[in-house]
Amino acid sequence: MPAVAGPRVHWVSVLTIAFLVVFVGAVVGLIVGDVCYTRPGPMLEVLRSPEVRFAIVLSLITSGASLVLVIGFSIPVGYALSRYRFPGSAVLDALVDLPIVLPPVVIGVSLLVFFRTWLGQWIESIPWLQFVYTPQGIVLCQFFVSASYGIRGAKSAFDSVDRRLEHLALTLGCTHGLAFRLVALPMARNGLAAAAVMAWARAVGVFGPLMIFAGAVRMKTEVMPTTIFLELSVGRIEPALAVAMLMLVIAMVALTLIHWLGSRHRWWRT
Amino acid sequence: MIRMRNVTFRAGDFTVRDVSLDVPSSEYFALLGPNGSGKTLLVNCLCGLIRAERGTIEVNGRDVTRAEPRLRRIGYVPQDYGLFPHMNVARNVTFPLRARGAPHAAALRDVRGVIETLSLERLLGRDTVTLSGGERQKVALARALAVRPDLLLLDEPVSALDGPTRAEVLEELRHVQREFAVTTIHVCHSTDEARAVADRAGIMIDGCLVQTGPLDAMMRAPANEAVARLLQAGT
Repeated sequence: MPAVAGPRVHWVSVLTIAFLVVFVGAVVGLIVGDVCYTRPGPMLEVLRSPEVRFAIVLSLITSGASLVLVIGFSIPVGYALSRYRFPGSAVLDALVDLPIVLPPVVIGVSLLVFFRTWLGQWIESIPWLQFVYTPQGIVLCQFFVSASYGIRGAKSAFDSVDRRLEHLALTLGCTHGLAFRLVALPMARNGLAAAAVMAWARAVGVFGPLMIFAGAVRMKTEVMPTTIFLELSVGRIEPALAVAMLMLVIAMVALTLIHWLGSRHRWWRT
Repeated sequence: MIRMRNVTFRAGDFTVRDVSLDVPSSEYFALLGPNGSGKTLLVNCLCGLIRAERGTIEVNGRDVTRAEPRLRRIGYVPQDYGLFPHMNVARNVTFPLRARGAPHAAALRDVRGVIETLSLERLLGRDTVTLSGGERQKVALARALAVRPDLLLLDEPVSALDGPTRAEVLEELRHVQREFAVTTIHVCHSTDEARAVADRAGIMIDGCLVQTGPLDAMMRAPANEAVARLLQAGT
């Protein structure tokens, strides 16, 4: 965009950029503090310990499983919210965001309470569907906390696709399902992928509900945030910080991916 | 042969009322009217994107009033051409055949005639966002003709083009229509544009089809003052 005539520096630009620098400076300062506190040698040693390796592997497995669930729900739910208006749709749209604004601990408590009801007890009686204090419970917590981010992202992605192109596809021989698969889905793919990355990053960091619903049992329901808590609770800062640094790297990679997918790069071209 | 009888529907606050129209096979028909007269809505109703509340629509003797858009055998070129930005030109043109289950390579062989008639060979690998207005229009036209429809609907096909390109494209439209002998309804709001391509025209005003016939005959005997004003306005 060409520059506007007149002074390039004025009080609005100075003030807003000053706020930006202070905020980013504070965040970077915290990270630099963490980095300065750790030394590579002991950190790598901590990351090789069986407990930490277990937590990393379980984190990757559970967050991967919850990501599959999030994608499975976000695409149809996001599409429905983007395309259809029906009585109560505005209320449903608002309720989708509920897990974002709820304190995460409340999700853990609610899940625990649900599995004390007859329906929850019945589900728990199915051998491979036991959730309370199990790794499956971790997946459930991660799903409930991160699904809203996936759904919201999917809705935005479908909103950005011109609906008239889907209508046109109908006149060109498509069923509604085929128009979705050949037009809406590929055109929304960038936004959907960004939403998935965001939901996955959120799932990796879930902690509060896990403590209540899945517990913090070493080498059983221990994921990365649990490790940080367990290590800090016995005063071992180095291992906690090592895992924290790993989570920071994951967050940075996720952020970079989201920005890359959100850019105009058309990797989805068919 | 296209036959509409008393077609009535609402779109928001606007109502298209009692449209009855016959367009014989292979005729190039222009649908004229001022902005907001309901021309595009009527075209959307013809291709099934708006449900007719009353009346009937027949295409070559088949009643398509309640048929899904994909079963109507109507090719539609919208005002902004509606090219799919995530597909190149070849994939856009073969889209209707692929939607019906044909593999891309076979579909490309099937549409070779359309591609050659519209001289699109050198554009096949191009990204649609890099095309000029005239090229986009040709690609959209080829896509609409790919399955040899019974009716071709062109919604203001040259409104986005500049003067010289517009004349060239109008000439090409007429040539293509003759080549494929496809019944065509061309929506426009310019009498000159209608005269350049159409055998007959229909005048839509405020959601009603008020007069149909050869343009010269309508100019000599307009149905009312609004029709006379529209026809005399030229471009």
